[in-house]
Amino acid sequence: MSLGQRVSSDHQLTRLLQIGVVLEEVVESRADHHLESLPDSEREEIDEEVRELLEEATEESAQHRERLETLIDELDAETVPYEEINRLVSDRYGPPEDTDGILYDQLCNEETAYKFYDDLIEAIDASEADFSVDRGRVLGTLRSIRAEEREGAQEVTEVMERRE
Amino acid sequence: MNTADQYLKAVYLAQRIEDGPASTGTLADMLEVSPASVNEMIGKLEDRGLLDHEKYKGARLTDEGIERAHQALQTYCIIERFLANVLEVEEFREEARALESVIDDTVAQRLDTIIDRPEQCPDCFDPDADYCKLLEICGPAD
Repeated sequence: MSLGQRVSSDHQLTRLLQIGVVLEEVVESRADHHLESLPDSEREEIDEEVRELLEEATEESAQHRERLETLIDELDAETVPYEEINRLVSDRYGPPEDTDGILYDQLCNEETAYKFYDDLIEAIDASEADFSVDRGRVLGTLRSIRAEEREGAQEVTEVMERRE
Repeated sequence: MNTADQYLKAVYLAQRIEDGPASTGTLADMLEVSPASVNEMIGKLEDRGLLDHEKYKGARLTDEGIERAHQALQTYCIIERFLANVLEVEEFREEARALESVIDDTVAQRLDTIIDRPEQCPDCFDPDADYCKLLEICGPAD
């Protein structure tokens, strides 16, 4: 057991980045599933801003995934393909009851991703280990993604507040 | 998972292994820290009402402590299952131990949306083997 947050090796960093990719893939897949899960009648009625929010979330997650994959490539490792995670999401997916449920799930997605990157940045900061990829670039990438996750969570919150 | 939750999980598993209170020595071995560090944290957890400690006997979780430990063990089970079945990591036990301090409960809950976990989790966790008795391990592709 390892007490205290610290990333101490290339291997551990790679594994955590791989987890980040899976989280992004889950966000992307769930957002897609949400749009597809609605009956045709509700899909037409869904607010334009909710639809845009989900489409943006899908695009943003794909971009985050690509940025993480670039780092993982340099660490000479691979990631789980999106199709595989999409299949796992499909296997256990239960559609939220309504649009509010969709927004709540989307907020959980964004907040979880934010928390993950926040903890990961803290754990890398706490370590003095040398990685085979430039530490500054890893942290820069993660901080930039974290900022976008925070903005994403704010956007969902604002949409939820407008709908109240 | 924070340090307090890691301790509570260790006390819970040590109680199951020893079928009685968790001794400082066992906890120090499990957590790979000194007995002095264990005693310090045990004191803090006792102050928070999460366990009772009796000198020369050991620590025993309170009901609230058991609830927290269950939650922590469940988070750990999710990490192990995720590593074993999604990332197909052969050394999933060692890696779960190394990663548990960096993976928050909320993150584990999201990972839980893509794994199959038995309803009786975490009761099916085998403290001696250090993983779930019901875990079917996929072929290593790490």
